[in-house]
Amino acid sequence: MRKNEVPQDESNLSKSNVKELCYAVDENGNYTTELSSGWEPKAIALSNSMDDINERIELAKQQIKEGKSSPIVYYMERSRMDLGILSSYVGMWQWRVKRHFKPSVFRNLSERILEKYASAFEISVAELKNFKTD
Amino acid sequence: MNTDFTHHQSAHCENGVASNLLRHNGLNISEPMVFGIGSGLFFIYLPFIKVNHAPAISYRPMPGLIFNRLAKRLGLKIKRQKFASESSAAAVLDENLRNNIPTGLQVGVYNLTYFPDEYRFHFNAHNLVVYGKTETDYLISDPVMQNVTTLTHAELNKVRFAKGAFAPRGQMYYPIQIPAHVDLKSAIIKGIKATCNVMLAPVFIVGVKGIKYVAGQIKKWPKKYGTKKANHYLAQMVRMQEEIGTGGGGFRFIYAAFLQEASVILNNEKLKELSAEMTVIGDLWRDFAVEASRIYKNRSTQNDAYNKVSDQLLHIAELEGAFFKKLKNAIS
Repeated sequence: MRKNEVPQDESNLSKSNVKELCYAVDENGNYTTELSSGWEPKAIALSNSMDDINERIELAKQQIKEGKSSPIVYYMERSRMDLGILSSYVGMWQWRVKRHFKPSVFRNLSERILEKYASAFEISVAELKNFKTD
Repeated sequence: MNTDFTHHQSAHCENGVASNLLRHNGLNISEPMVFGIGSGLFFIYLPFIKVNHAPAISYRPMPGLIFNRLAKRLGLKIKRQKFASESSAAAVLDENLRNNIPTGLQVGVYNLTYFPDEYRFHFNAHNLVVYGKTETDYLISDPVMQNVTTLTHAELNKVRFAKGAFAPRGQMYYPIQIPAHVDLKSAIIKGIKATCNVMLAPVFIVGVKGIKYVAGQIKKWPKKYGTKKANHYLAQMVRMQEEIGTGGGGFRFIYAAFLQEASVILNNEKLKELSAEMTVIGDLWRDFAVEASRIYKNRSTQNDAYNKVSDQLLHIAELEGAFFKKLKNAIS
């Protein structure tokens, strides 16, 4: 990459006024550094990931509405976690966390367990319990 | 408390922290040098581990490894500590700052409040330096940011004890002993040799063979997983390759910069030629990213497009295979 080819596209970085450092060669073929405000192929990849997360959140909402899963799934997706990360935050085995995805099991969870989930999601127990699907 | 620390922005967090901490301790060493001596260039494909719901692809070795190798090869001593409790982690860090020691930390990215929201993922192998403390805040030098920043005491505790894969467990590190004279030449040669060996390793998911294997897999993705999932996998691969921290082209440009610096120190013209060659390869990685982004932008289904990026990747793998053989010869 040549110094004058370091991309200066608009991106989520430039919106927050952040620039990243790139290594590139100058006109004499020597390496130097240059700041980049962003690059389109990356911006697309990132927005692709964000779309994927939003779809997962919507799907979780839908399944709670249909009584297929518990609010834990929704908050897990919203916190960009997966089963492994969530189980590590609440300090329980994955199979146990997975069981709590069932609405029937979720309804009977103790305050202590709910408290663990709530603190992992940085919400209150009340928010976790009284999930509004709309 | 405030230590007299100078912040330099870098492309990759771990190299940046290493370079900044060593410069602070009087050893002037650039980011590409840290990366090259620590054998930072790497490739591994782990289809059975999922990151962000896509197969794990890494262009760098395990967190901490670059700095550890660098220390070993230069004869530095680094102290690393992990903690069971948040309070002891905070107490030891504060003690360090009182003794005027800027300290490197491994942290999780998700709660780094100064990052743009889109970049906040559960990724635990980020590194930064804490160089001071006020009543409310810790003073932070995050090497991928242009300027220094701050985190509140609670925020720093949270990122130090992020959970999940590579959980940092409060890990902090700082150099405790730096020899008056370091032997850069032999360290560079060791670093290059190790990189060549791992890139040419006879393991089908590692190095050049790994790139070839991924190229073959990509062709099968649309049929095997459907367009949507295949596009997601491809987008994740590009992110790992190009996102903040790699300096672009999956670290190839940083490595080329290292080879150029090394050619001067070793007085080896061949390395300069190879640096230019690596730059060309880096550009091909960028072309691959451009082509891949077209696929997931248009959400196109043609297998043709997947075959095309797969061929690009195969071409890169072939060039790199030849490249690392030449590099190995150039230093022996």
